[in-house]
Amino acid sequence: MIDRSLVGRTFAPYSADVEAGRLRLFAKAVGETRPEYVDEDAARAAGHPALPAPPTFAVCASLDVPDPFAWLRDLGVDLASVLHAAQGFRYFAPIYAGDRLTFAAWIENAFHKKGGALMFIVRDTDVTNRQGVRVAQLRSTIVVRRG
Amino acid sequence: MSLSFDTVEVGDTLPPLALPPLTRTTLALFAGASGDHNPIHVDIDFARAAGMPDVFAHGMLSMAWLGRLLTNWAPQRNLREFNVRFSAMTQVGERIVCTGHVAGKLERDGERLIRVDVQTANEAGEVKLSGDALIALP
Repeated sequence: MIDRSLVGRTFAPYSADVEAGRLRLFAKAVGETRPEYVDEDAARAAGHPALPAPPTFAVCASLDVPDPFAWLRDLGVDLASVLHAAQGFRYFAPIYAGDRLTFAAWIENAFHKKGGALMFIVRDTDVTNRQGVRVAQLRSTIVVRRG
Repeated sequence: MSLSFDTVEVGDTLPPLALPPLTRTTLALFAGASGDHNPIHVDIDFARAAGMPDVFAHGMLSMAWLGRLLTNWAPQRNLREFNVRFSAMTQVGERIVCTGHVAGKLERDGERLIRVDVQTANEAGEVKLSGDALIALP
């Protein structure tokens, strides 16, 4: 059941590694060819300690669990009725290959539109690195079509 | 030429990023690279059973293209916020163009920021994603 009572619900934190090979595959998939995003030497020459993760990569790392959408199923949501409505990032520090990221998520908001036909879930995630530095905050808005 | 807060003006446009026609190969690569293995983006049998005419692109693929648009223009380390709304599906074969323009200049917490409005659209001008980013400039 999706209603206001979900707001504030928290999820158990989990961690995922940022791997250089994965960053190169991501670059290939999105057509990114600039050397600093695919070549370690070029990344260092550009002032990075390792390959940098591109701006949207943290969401990808957050999916590195056996069942990334289990939290929706646990709410009784049919995944076929779900669409990604909006996505936001706030950036606090860079993410690099070799980082281990920890994701701590909670339901920030939940509301209905169109007389309950559309249900929106806003889920925020704090992302911290191995040093405990908060590197980013993610905001995913999911819309569930009911009917 | 490096960007500076004082020389950037509202209305300035970012160099557009034109993508080649979207292929199924790209969707397969992005499924693996992104960790989003939802079959609706790669398996036409699954997509049809779900009532869709075909597979369609991951929203986050388009957002990654917009990330390229932004970091082609300003260094990624200057990026402070990046938000999009997904308004239409991006279909196989579409030629997507990413565009952006400077929409505002502001100061927050002692930092000077440029707000850039961005979008992706197909050749017919149908907007697929729209959003904005905040970029710190010296």
